[in-house]
Amino acid sequence: MISVVVEYTSILDFIDFNGQYVMDNAYYPFEDVYNLPFAISYGLWKIIGGALAWLINLIFPENPVSDWLMSEPVCVLLSLIIFMLIVFIVVFVCTLISLWMERKCLGRMMDRRGTMVGMKGFLQCVADGLKTFMKENTIPKKVDNMTYMWTVSLVIGVSVLLACMIPLSQRWFVVNYDSGLLIIMAFFALAPFFILVSGWSQNNKYAMIGGMRAAELMISYEVPMLIMIATTALLAGSFNIGDIVDAQYETVWYFIPQIIGFITFFFCATAESERVPFDIAEAEAELVEGWQTEYAGMKWGLIMLADYFRGYVACAMVTIMYLGGWALPIIGNGPIPEIVFLLKTWFVFFLMILVRAALGRVRPDQIVNIGWKVFMPLSVINLAVVLLLKVGGFFRWL
Amino acid sequence: MADSIAPIVAAEEKLQQQADKMETDKMWIIMGPQHPFSHGLWTLKIKVDGEICVDAEPIVGYLHRGWEKETENRTYPKIIPMADRLCYAASMTYTHLYCMTVEKALGMDIPEKAKYIRIVADEVCRINSHLMWLAAVGTDLGNLTVFLWAMREREYFLDLNVKLCGARMTTNYPRIGGVRNDTTELFDRDILRTVDRFEKALWEIIALMDDSSIIVSRMKGISYITREQAANVGLTGPAMRGCGVDFDIRRDDPYDNYDKVDFEVPVLTEGDSYARYMIRTEEMFQSCEIIRQAVKKIQALGKNAPYRVKAPSRVPAGTHFMRMEDPRGESLMYLVSDGTDKPYRLKVRSPIFTNVSSAKLQCQGVRIADVPAVLAQIDMCLGETDR
Repeated sequence: MISVVVEYTSILDFIDFNGQYVMDNAYYPFEDVYNLPFAISYGLWKIIGGALAWLINLIFPENPVSDWLMSEPVCVLLSLIIFMLIVFIVVFVCTLISLWMERKCLGRMMDRRGTMVGMKGFLQCVADGLKTFMKENTIPKKVDNMTYMWTVSLVIGVSVLLACMIPLSQRWFVVNYDSGLLIIMAFFALAPFFILVSGWSQNNKYAMIGGMRAAELMISYEVPMLIMIATTALLAGSFNIGDIVDAQYETVWYFIPQIIGFITFFFCATAESERVPFDIAEAEAELVEGWQTEYAGMKWGLIMLADYFRGYVACAMVTIMYLGGWALPIIGNGPIPEIVFLLKTWFVFFLMILVRAALGRVRPDQIVNIGWKVFMPLSVINLAVVLLLKVGGFFRWL
Repeated sequence: MADSIAPIVAAEEKLQQQADKMETDKMWIIMGPQHPFSHGLWTLKIKVDGEICVDAEPIVGYLHRGWEKETENRTYPKIIPMADRLCYAASMTYTHLYCMTVEKALGMDIPEKAKYIRIVADEVCRINSHLMWLAAVGTDLGNLTVFLWAMREREYFLDLNVKLCGARMTTNYPRIGGVRNDTTELFDRDILRTVDRFEKALWEIIALMDDSSIIVSRMKGISYITREQAANVGLTGPAMRGCGVDFDIRRDDPYDNYDKVDFEVPVLTEGDSYARYMIRTEEMFQSCEIIRQAVKKIQALGKNAPYRVKAPSRVPAGTHFMRMEDPRGESLMYLVSDGTDKPYRLKVRSPIFTNVSSAKLQCQGVRIADVPAVLAQIDMCLGETDR
């Protein structure tokens, strides 16, 4: 029997996702224009796809397995996994950079040097990661083991998932939902529930109070935040992140019409990522480490990392909603919109660091007061202003 | 008449019983001995009803090392370095107090210059101690910047200690009959510069603390203590003056030459946590003022003025006590001597040991989150509390 050897060039050639060529996300389709970043991203994809195809050809030559592996559904799955991994790594590195930034900037603001381990202190993240990884995985006897484990996995998982939902630009994203901001908010709101259950499961008074406080924190900032998201969507005419950024490019950055909203949302985002002054769930002065008290080793390390993931996503949301996302006023998308987006995100994060350096921690009852008596009216005023602007015809109806 | 009220009373009782049934369980939370808020090794048990603290019980004694018993086996001069170890933040005042007690027992008078040098050293120590407290308050309120800025300022005063006596914290500087050495060269210049600089820097820290409505709202209007309560529970020092009791041993029962320097005793009648906070900040400014005056007096006395007189090694039999205004309150030493070169008994009255017993009074009615912020105003130091 003569078998025809099929040489596959790249698994990525197979992808036709919902009628749209998925790899459009990865590189600009006009290959005739030489552009270094596009060339790099395009080449990267070709190399990954080609390498996989070569591996498949090598391991299963002239084999049904090979055909199955190169069939369309498997290829789509594989390439999506690769894509998500790459986006995750990019976001992970961004998070590490914001972590380093916080350590260095906070150090300077406090008149000290910050971390000094290699590469201007950047390798401290690696050292911390290694240290937590090496530590013994201790689980206290009295905890409710199942709940203790799955809640923390979910807190970390939801945070990582969140980070992957933030697009870096028009071409770098994992998902592109029409209800983008709402989905992000939904995932944001999930973690406090797991924190509440996790605090209960640890059989520790500090952890339990910390979990309760996480819930208390959530009910105070969530509603004004949603109102402000609705306001932005009203202004842009869409919940889709790309549409919101486009709308801001076409008119003005939204922090100009909704300056009240920008400031309020910024503080809501600070509360969302559980940072000073709103880090009541892990207030180390009175509750040793809050809901994280009984978590040790790598679990604790991942929780800390997840916190920074959430911080990054909160900053990215501020950037998308108020600072024009990846677009610049006149240039538009520009050659490298990803860098523009990250720079804006880090600027917002820098503001958060400033807030952290200057302020103390609020009391749990004060945060409910702030949420319902300050943030809530401000967000409604912001909505009214935007409505007036819309009715006045300053922003086009979509 | 009584019959008509009876059903109402019965109904009220029934309601009360129902309310009693609905009462939630109270929970003891044990903070310490290893806890971020306990600056030192002590335990605070608080009983909470939901978020509100209804009872508190401090437990001290983890650091007991038999200081008072140890002194009974040492000759009088050898107790001086031990007195340094009573409190790491206020070592100078304790050594000073010990020397004063023995001097009183000996009935001796010390040179003028030594008195002024002791005042300067005491006030430097007071600023050191208060900056340490400010740092602790900063962390308890969740602001690490205050902690590091206060520690940075403290470094300058530790350098002054080095300039004066060669050590940073455990100074071993006062002696029975004076001080160990004269002020070193250019010490007066350095201390005046440091004080001038410090006053500006302290305003920066105050801007960070008092101008921040979050931090003020964490302290203002909670944990009220009246004058009578403060007196009954035995509060002393800045905590007492924040409750409206106008008493400072430096002014009202002056030792050394405190009656010859001019300073104000800050007193606030509010009695809340914020008032107790304000007192210490104001005291730091007053300390700067005292240092300036005392340094001028030292300069006026000239370079060759005596700073120490020889003291006999045996103390005549009898009992004597001396008290002084420690940075944290009233500290007192009670000396029983039997005529040998070793004390028969040396009792220390620690201000914090008494102040911390007011924990129940201070914590009642405040929320869990405020417990560290309220108890930071005591400025715990376990070395002297447990002795």
